[in-house]
Amino acid sequence: MTTASAPRTLYRKLWDSHVIEVVPGAQGEGEESRAALIHVDRHLLHECSTHQSFEALRSNGRSVHRRETHLAVPDHAVSTALDRLSIAQDDGAAGAQVARLASNVAEFDIPYVPLDDARQGIVHVMGPELGFTLPGITLACGDSHTSTHGAFGALAFGIGASDCETVLATNAIVQSRAKTVKVELSGTLGAHVTSKDVALALIGRYGAGFATGCAVEFTGEAVRAMSMAARMTLCNMAIEAGARIGLVAPDETTIDYLRGRPLAPQGEMFEQAAAYWRTLASDPGAEYDRTVALDLDALAPQITWGTNPQDAAPVDGTVPAAPEDAEAARQHAKALAYMGIEAGMPVTDIAVDVVFIGSCTNGRIEDLRAAAAVARGRKVAEGVRALVVPGSMAVRAQAEAEGLDTIFTEAGFDWRMAGCSMCVAMNEDRLAEGERSASTSNRNFEGRQGRGGRTHLMSPAMAAAAAVTGHIADVRTLEEIVA
Amino acid sequence: MKPFESLTSPVLLLRENRIDTDIIYPARFLLIMQREGLGQYFCADRRVDPEGNAIANPIDEAKERGAGILIAGREFGCGSSREQAVWTIKDFGITCVIAESFGEIFQANCLRNGVLPIVFDPATLEELAAFGKDGELSVDLVARTITAGEKVIDFEISDNARERLLKGWDETGMIQSRWGTAISTFEEGQRAAQPWLYEPLAI
Ligand code: SF4
Repeated sequence: MTTASAPRTLYRKLWDSHVIEVVPGAQGEGEESRAALIHVDRHLLHECSTHQSFEALRSNGRSVHRRETHLAVPDHAVSTALDRLSIAQDDGAAGAQVARLASNVAEFDIPYVPLDDARQGIVHVMGPELGFTLPGITLACGDSHTSTHGAFGALAFGIGASDCETVLATNAIVQSRAKTVKVELSGTLGAHVTSKDVALALIGRYGAGFATGCAVEFTGEAVRAMSMAARMTLCNMAIEAGARIGLVAPDETTIDYLRGRPLAPQGEMFEQAAAYWRTLASDPGAEYDRTVALDLDALAPQITWGTNPQDAAPVDGTVPAAPEDAEAARQHAKALAYMGIEAGMPVTDIAVDVVFIGSCTNGRIEDLRAAAAVARGRKVAEGVRALVVPGSMAVRAQAEAEGLDTIFTEAGFDWRMAGCSMCVAMNEDRLAEGERSASTSNRNFEGRQGRGGRTHLMSPAMAAAAAVTGHIADVRTLEEIVA
Repeated sequence: MKPFESLTSPVLLLRENRIDTDIIYPARFLLIMQREGLGQYFCADRRVDPEGNAIANPIDEAKERGAGILIAGREFGCGSSREQAVWTIKDFGITCVIAESFGEIFQANCLRNGVLPIVFDPATLEELAAFGKDGELSVDLVARTITAGEKVIDFEISDNARERLLKGWDETGMIQSRWGTAISTFEEGQRAAQPWLYEPLAI
């Protein structure tokens, strides 16, 4: 056993404080078991991964253990059209799924933010915005990008529909303690280089599986200097490195962000909570299973050229040549064929058909501001379809208060309602076969944005630069960007 | 859940790295709300062209041979948390997936559905794949072995995962009966230490 005095990582502290009971004998003899029943403090639900969970509750005659630990919202399949409320009922399968969520949460008395609510948004944008996400908690959701909430110093992880049922009925889950990876970020980010570029560069350098199953903690002065939005982008992308969990230790930036949020503790209780949150950091000398490093001083904006997030290249670079390893070379050729591009071409020669700015990775107000700064006074290039989909209706309202919607619409962007949209292509927002996008989302997998669609991942400012030039472009070389 | 003890079966070979959940179960089918009968959508875009015509492919061939074991590459099932990725595999007829590594949530979802995930190093995987081309493999979870012809290979699986598969129990019910009191005790302690987590949600 770890003694109280041994230095512990933030992950270990959070893990230890949620172990209800160690499940014995899960490792070799004599070794400490890594498996445990852990408490799940909070649970987010959306319309597309929970109907089977509620069905299981119902068929087993089970009730919800503590209703006030759950919060549900429709986001994945909802329309982002401006008139979506009038079309929602006729919207076939997606409409039926939202209706099912509404009836399920009514039956089990789960707190619910409906589609017509001013707070509706993508689970991973809305949860933090409302203060539902807090430091020091465990938070689960039937969605892999739940790692996003780790930006607050929470143990946040994605689960399947069966586990959602277990969490609804028990607020507990059997899990094994993850290995830990420390990411040391040194140096400072240059102008127009963002945490999205950091995430892509890390995965590009160390591989999309470098943190499989692990808890990744992001550390360094650069992280301390990041806004909560930037930290959320970083933790969001941790899953693309295979991680179960992304983590940033809470600090005054975290506490300031949460103060006054409607579902966060209020008044005296908030200060009491903040005092606890300030203790949540890795101890000096705490040991990680692995440490990786990245220097940010010379980091250029990144784009992906292939069908795996590790296929990252700097915007001033070229599509790489085939690697030497035979298997890797085969995958490289396959990715290039799918993407319809050639090795050696400058990435800025890649023309795009569609630009998507949004998602739980980059759909926050800071992201829209960065994109608007590029779009201001410019026009979307001829033949390019460009969408801006705010991560939540609150982000949308804030953007409108700042006049960003006018900047976007005057430039020829389509200004839409909140939802997952073209990140997952479950609604009408999708790529046609062979269409190519510049996208601020997180996955460039084959078919992710529509069957046969080709996705290039990048930051919001870079996506806006692609929109106004019609091809992948280095945002740093565009003149007159007024942030 | 049906317990898993052993299986002797032909093999479906999908020897590629990173067969992600969008390949295994494309997102557009997530609009389907049942969990039964999803096997027809397993790797749908590799079996049917955009016009809906069947394409010749190893997946349907393996189905005809009655494959119950799948051998993949690295990071099988990476990507999303959709449990449909396991339901589709299971409904397709596969109850054991052997790979170099797995997407974490996919692997956890396997255990919830009576599908045995086994991890091997690339060399052993290659050996099993070579044998599985036209031979049957036998998987024995009780003994933790795979038999390929004359050869018997041990595999590793945690006691916890093994027990869950062998017993095929209903996890929620098991947690409630085994740990119901422990959960209440934990929550009393947490309420005292972090009372803000027990305030009613102002929603
Ligand atoms: S925006 Fe994309 S990644 Fe995020 S929750 Fe929605 S579908 Fe998942």
